[in-house]
Amino acid sequence: MTATVRAADVAVGTELPEQTHRVTRADLVRYAGASGDFNPIHWNDRVATEVGLPGVIAHGMLTMALAARAVTAWIGDPGALVEYHVRFGRPVVVPDDDTGAEVVVRGKVGALDDDGRARIDLTVTSGGEKVLSLARATVRLA
Amino acid sequence: MALDPTLVGRSYPPSAVYEVGREKIAEFAAAIGESSPVHRDADAARAAGHPDVIAPPTFAIVLTLSAAGVVVEDPDVDLDYGRVVHGEQRFTHHRAIRAGDRLIATPTIEAVRSVAGNDLLTTRVDVATEDGEPVCSATSMLVARGAG
Repeated sequence: MTATVRAADVAVGTELPEQTHRVTRADLVRYAGASGDFNPIHWNDRVATEVGLPGVIAHGMLTMALAARAVTAWIGDPGALVEYHVRFGRPVVVPDDDTGAEVVVRGKVGALDDDGRARIDLTVTSGGEKVLSLARATVRLA
Repeated sequence: MALDPTLVGRSYPPSAVYEVGREKIAEFAAAIGESSPVHRDADAARAAGHPDVIAPPTFAIVLTLSAAGVVVEDPDVDLDYGRVVHGEQRFTHHRAIRAGDRLIATPTIEAVRSVAGNDLLTTRVDVATEDGEPVCSATSMLVARGAG
């Protein structure tokens, strides 16, 4: 394991570098193919509005994956993430244009334990609104 | 229609073997915009202490989503899938999934609840190698919104 952040370097409250991601319809198609989740609410406006959504929405699992990138980039090893839990609060609506939606990920150390693990509390927003009502990752520090 | 509480604890037969390929890991990493070489380059992954390229932390959904299909198809699980949204997701990793892994996924119904007219179904999928080494667990909570 090659996590680059050592327990001695972090404290409760240590902030992770913020990340901003753009999500377009093309990204949703690509994620559908890679993940095998072809639910039409992620690519078809007609179906999305029929089930009461404002329009096509991003896969919750894509938002979850984007949020994890802030953690793995910081810790330096995707294999150091041992526990990851999110609660989907509100959908990320992805307009049919070239700009798409913006997803902003902020994180800070919420807790440290004696086994060299840190709990990262993430705040994930789109258009200024929280899209994950809970997002916590536990990482093994170096 | 409320879900039958006696479903809690119901387990399903293990899935067929899913063999993790380097190209699939690279495809998934590209789809989430992740450029770390440990997902693409076996030498970089080895230099980082892994036996082969490793998968991003949410990659397990590729196999656990389809494995959980047996729960969806269980006629005893009376959930209106037209009204389902993904409520929560959790991954517990014993180690990173890596290229060459031959994985088996075993779903279990962990909880059923009814809250404010919505049906909540929590399914856990345990992923292990075909030799029985635990790799990860993926827990998904689905919400079927009440018809109002």
